[in-house]
Amino acid sequence: MSQEPIPASAYDMDHEEEVEERRTLAVLVDNEPGVLGRVVGLFSARGYNIESLTVAEVDRSKRRSRITIVTTGTAHMLEQIEAQLLRLVPVAAVVDITKSKRGIERELALVKVAGKNEKRVEALRIAEIFRARVIDTTNESFIFEITGASDKIDQFTELMEPLGLKEVSRTGVLSIRRGKDAG
Amino acid sequence: MDTQTLTETETNTRKMTGAEIVIAALREQGVDTMFGYPGGAVLPIYDALYAQDAIRHVLVRHEQGAGHAAEGYARSTGKCGVALVTSGPGATNMVTPITDAMMDSIPMVVITGQVPTHLIGTDAFQECDTVGITRCCAKHNYLVTDVEDLARTIHEAFLIATSGRPGPVVIDIPKDVQFSTGTYIGKEGVYKPTYQPKTAPSKHAIKDALELMKVARRPVFYTGGGVVNSGPEASKLLRELQAATGFPVTSTLMGLGAFPASHDDWLGMVGMHGAYEANHAMHDCDLMICVGARFDDRVTGRISGFSPGSKKIHIDIDPSSINKIIRVDVPIVADCKEALKALLDGWKKSKTKTPDLADWKAQIDTWRERDCFAYPANDGSIRPQYAVERLYELTKDRDTYISTEVGQHQMWAAQHYHFEEPNRWMTSGGLGTMGYGLPAAVGIQAAHPDSLVIDIAGEASVQMVMQEVSTAVQHKLPIKVFILNNEWMGMVRQWQELLHGERYSHSYSESLPDFVKLAEAYGAHGIQCSDPAELDDRIREMIDHPGPVVFDCLVTKAENCFPMIPSGAAHNEMLLGSISGDEISEEGRKLV
Repeated sequence: MSQEPIPASAYDMDHEEEVEERRTLAVLVDNEPGVLGRVVGLFSARGYNIESLTVAEVDRSKRRSRITIVTTGTAHMLEQIEAQLLRLVPVAAVVDITKSKRGIERELALVKVAGKNEKRVEALRIAEIFRARVIDTTNESFIFEITGASDKIDQFTELMEPLGLKEVSRTGVLSIRRGKDAG
Repeated sequence: MDTQTLTETETNTRKMTGAEIVIAALREQGVDTMFGYPGGAVLPIYDALYAQDAIRHVLVRHEQGAGHAAEGYARSTGKCGVALVTSGPGATNMVTPITDAMMDSIPMVVITGQVPTHLIGTDAFQECDTVGITRCCAKHNYLVTDVEDLARTIHEAFLIATSGRPGPVVIDIPKDVQFSTGTYIGKEGVYKPTYQPKTAPSKHAIKDALELMKVARRPVFYTGGGVVNSGPEASKLLRELQAATGFPVTSTLMGLGAFPASHDDWLGMVGMHGAYEANHAMHDCDLMICVGARFDDRVTGRISGFSPGSKKIHIDIDPSSINKIIRVDVPIVADCKEALKALLDGWKKSKTKTPDLADWKAQIDTWRERDCFAYPANDGSIRPQYAVERLYELTKDRDTYISTEVGQHQMWAAQHYHFEEPNRWMTSGGLGTMGYGLPAAVGIQAAHPDSLVIDIAGEASVQMVMQEVSTAVQHKLPIKVFILNNEWMGMVRQWQELLHGERYSHSYSESLPDFVKLAEAYGAHGIQCSDPAELDDRIREMIDHPGPVVFDCLVTKAENCFPMIPSGAAHNEMLLGSISGDEISEEGRKLV
């Protein structure tokens, strides 16, 4: 606040309320019982969206887990989400990966496709283009493992749809920031 | 082992049972009084309580009472309130006080018993998911499944409840953990790495705030419960900063007493039933300095019409309060007393002379002349406002603490009882819990046995917790329950009159008990008064009675609480009520 010129009143400030943005937040928490419940409960209690959520312990010695949440909201709402998350006692840090503009996002998916003849060949050909690996196969099916940004996976499953797409399992978004610094 | 031999400074490790660890940890935390109700899943802790007399246990009549009593104790002392209840219904009955303490930022530690660990999740007798149920209404909570974690958890709970923005912390302890033997560790060195509330203000923010304060011509301090929570030092610094600047002061319901009501620059309470001068000052100011308040909807009225021409400084220890409802120009995330100290030091250092606020104060005086709290004379019956006014006059020179229930009587108490010091006014602000005041008075009286403790009540609210009169009698707590009895759920009736075409759906209190006989049945003293001429004598009788009193004050039945900012209106659109000459048209009434 102190760096920016102060407008005549807070009411003269630009309200970006109407524009909804998509954000990826990395929430570093103590891995204790109920911590995921606290985070998820906060989102439902205050009416925030969760588009994707992943969680796993990332530092065993410190018992730290990393929760990656993809959410949408207005700038005002996103500011509140961050502040409300930090109010939770076991939350150590919240990093807005999207806002940092240095974020990398990845998702892993397992995709089951069943088909015969040309469709089967075509599925395999597209998988090669997407650098998806075959991790299980029968005479009539493949299971592909694919990693990438979410839209790449969306595109892949879309292309597989007419080729016999049976089932998709996705991890949800993982994220990390570029460069040498953590967090 | 004998827990009484454990001194407060002793921090070396010792072996004892989980139940003994609980008592030892509470003692080390300086707990002298707790409120509770026994049951199957907390019997080992009650057994450990039996073996000592350093901690006084006040047995309530319903677990909700224990929670509100702990809140009253906390709010009147500045210390942490403690409640102890059993599993299942004991825990669920605590949900209301826990939520209440969360909304009003009251430090409280609630210990609940739980079924033995091997029965958790089996729908055992008196089992409920206490941590699940209280997760969203407590500041933090724990289920302790290993006795070796117990002492550290209790110390951590006290740290979290009392620091930063205070709040309730729940510790759920299975019965087998209470029985098993573990190691006691002292509070020294216990901390939670992820929990580091910021209390010192940033220098930049203080500098920006001071610049705005220097050039302000229509400033106002808007203070809240955060000033009270920050401790007596914060109230002192607020008074000093006000003296240095000359700025007028208003306060939320929760902040009453932080600034003396007798001061010339006191504007009265802000908000829906606040003072005309306070709300107009908030609307027309050019600088609003919010200290420990959170722009609650009962304060702001319509957001788009809220103080449109002002710059705003917001001091709050909770970063999530900043820009939550109202966007501010200068946020200061800090403990109120530290921020006020920094502002006072900066103001003095810059040798700013007290600004010329003559025009602003003249304007405020014209608002004051409206005499917004005026009410009609008693016409045979006692006006509720008159009752509170007389209560104030007859008790103001005593060492008095006031609690309230929720509704019209609460607002009349806030308007007509005046506070000079913090921690003297205990009310349920955020959650608006009917039934808060009587058990809160029990807790206040337990903390201040020689003071005059009065619950200003309504006949509807008080019946939610009437049984706690029995607690007061048992523990010789001479509380005074002063009921403004209008035979209506008054605030509900008022809203039905103003907003629902006078259709009084289920708001009339039929079959009211005879409160005098009821008091006597409990072993307390009952007084009834309906004559304005007798009121003073009866109030004196109440004050002079050495034990608990239930005072049934029969007041004008259909009195409305004014002034009022109807929901969705702005501060300068107050209804003043008939007495101040405002004609509210039939159309206007429908619009509110």
